Amino acid sequence: MSDNHVYLDYSATTYIKPEVLAAMRPYLDTYFGNPSSIYALARITEQAIGQSREQVAAALNAAKNEIYFTGGGSEADNWALKGVAFANKQWGNHIITTKIEHHAILHTCEFLAQHGFEITYLPVDSEGLVDVDSLRQAITAKTILVSIMFANNEIGTIQPIAAIGKLCREKGIYFHTDAVQAVGHVPIDVQAMNIDLLSLAGHKFYGPKGVGALYIRKGVKIDNLIHGGGQERGKRAGTENIAGIVGLGQALELATTDIETENQRLTRLRDKLIAGLTAIPHSRLNGPVGAKRLPGNVNVCFRFIEGESMLLLLDSVGVSASSGSACTAGSLEPSHVLLAIGLTHEIAHGSLRLTLGAGTTEQDVDYVLEVLPGIVRKLRNMSPLWKEFLNKGGTKL
Amino acid sequence: MNYSAKVMDHFMNPRNVGEISDADGIGEVGNPVCGDIMKIYLKIDDNRIQDVKFNTFGCGSAIASSSMATELIKGKTLEEAWELSNKAVAEALDGLPPVKMHCSVLAEQAVHKAINNYRIANGLSPWDYKEHGDIHALAPDEQ
Repeated sequence: MSDNHVYLDYSATTYIKPEVLAAMRPYLDTYFGNPSSIYALARITEQAIGQSREQVAAALNAAKNEIYFTGGGSEADNWALKGVAFANKQWGNHIITTKIEHHAILHTCEFLAQHGFEITYLPVDSEGLVDVDSLRQAITAKTILVSIMFANNEIGTIQPIAAIGKLCREKGIYFHTDAVQAVGHVPIDVQAMNIDLLSLAGHKFYGPKGVGALYIRKGVKIDNLIHGGGQERGKRAGTENIAGIVGLGQALELATTDIETENQRLTRLRDKLIAGLTAIPHSRLNGPVGAKRLPGNVNVCFRFIEGESMLLLLDSVGVSASSGSACTAGSLEPSHVLLAIGLTHEIAHGSLRLTLGAGTTEQDVDYVLEVLPGIVRKLRNMSPLWKEFLNKGGTKL
Repeated sequence: MNYSAKVMDHFMNPRNVGEISDADGIGEVGNPVCGDIMKIYLKIDDNRIQDVKFNTFGCGSAIASSSMATELIKGKTLEEAWELSNKAVAEALDGLPPVKMHCSVLAEQAVHKAINNYRIANGLSPWDYKEHGDIHALAPDEQ
């Protein structure tokens, strides 16, 4: 392990900010009462949950009673899809989503397909963007739900959510967006964007893990996913994760407050990192440039090498990163997102994702730009693909 | 993913990396679609592996398996080297995670292919080799 520690995997998860942890702590030991109880200790926790609900609602421009806490982003996605599908099946059985969704959406759609629903997976362009016209053409009389992610976790593409929302509202079809990567990082207004359901997760914006929320616009017909007690106004059973909920609300309020300045800071660091990495020969940026990209997302492919070995060498010099290679996913297929934007398997295996966040400094970016060229060179020097490329007349670095 | 210290050592400091320009036998296995290619070069004199080098495109365990396989066959007779099994490679690395066992299979196959490449080039009949089949499809306990 190196003395340097540069964490560049903020899209995987974030640390809990000190002020968030401080807000949570009393609800782990002092105010531990079950909110469903009658005594004063319980009323305190009930109020704390109410305050968090207000904080989340304010961040999304939603009403307080449209926010339902869950056990994380995956649960919110599962609830939105299964809940809307089963509650509205008398109107139709068709759901539209995209090829680049998180597995919490894709695998839930596969489950629904086994239960009589028909799923359309919209393609994306080379930058990962959905074409609103192709969505319009995919809608049939049986379409009951459109689920399109707000921003992609791998390549950072931000979808034209307002245009999609407008179209769905015109057609009278529910629109869900998995906004796990976007909430707290890009401004969101569920009313202006005509969003009916939205998933979010606390640990992506400096809150705790194991807690998330689903925004359900008033009037949306949805079945319960978790059956049991009457918590969350009878829609999501289970004794509330009070400290987690308090932390989520606090973290989202903090993230929303400095969203503009933090985005400017991260965008500058992001673009510096992209410029430096794509200066390495035979590399390419995955995903769009500019405002269509999440401020903290960098995803670059390096030809002739494989992602996991890059990650191991980066880790050995203190850099935590991730990759879309098959070997890091523990599967045979490289990232479905990289394949969907048109990369070959061979190139997708050589992807590197660096995601920046609150703790990222200019020094971190400089350090990565200092160590990475050597890592790429070392791996290329033992790659038969690189040797073959050179033998065919390719230019040496 | 937890690799043993031995795997990390052979990944960080791989032995016998490179090519042999006048190799007597070359074996290449894998493909870029699956994300791993291994190429092994043998220098053979008097039926013995005098030198061995490799190039590998792949993950940490693919590189470590190549490195270990070359170490295990260096200086061996062809008959001895032919006995190299993927299990021996994995054991010498103090084990591989179940999803990475196919990397050791690639190393075994690359060595066999290089030896037969030498035999054919020298007018000898290739030795029978039972392929592992789809090495990615094997259950961990079959590998």
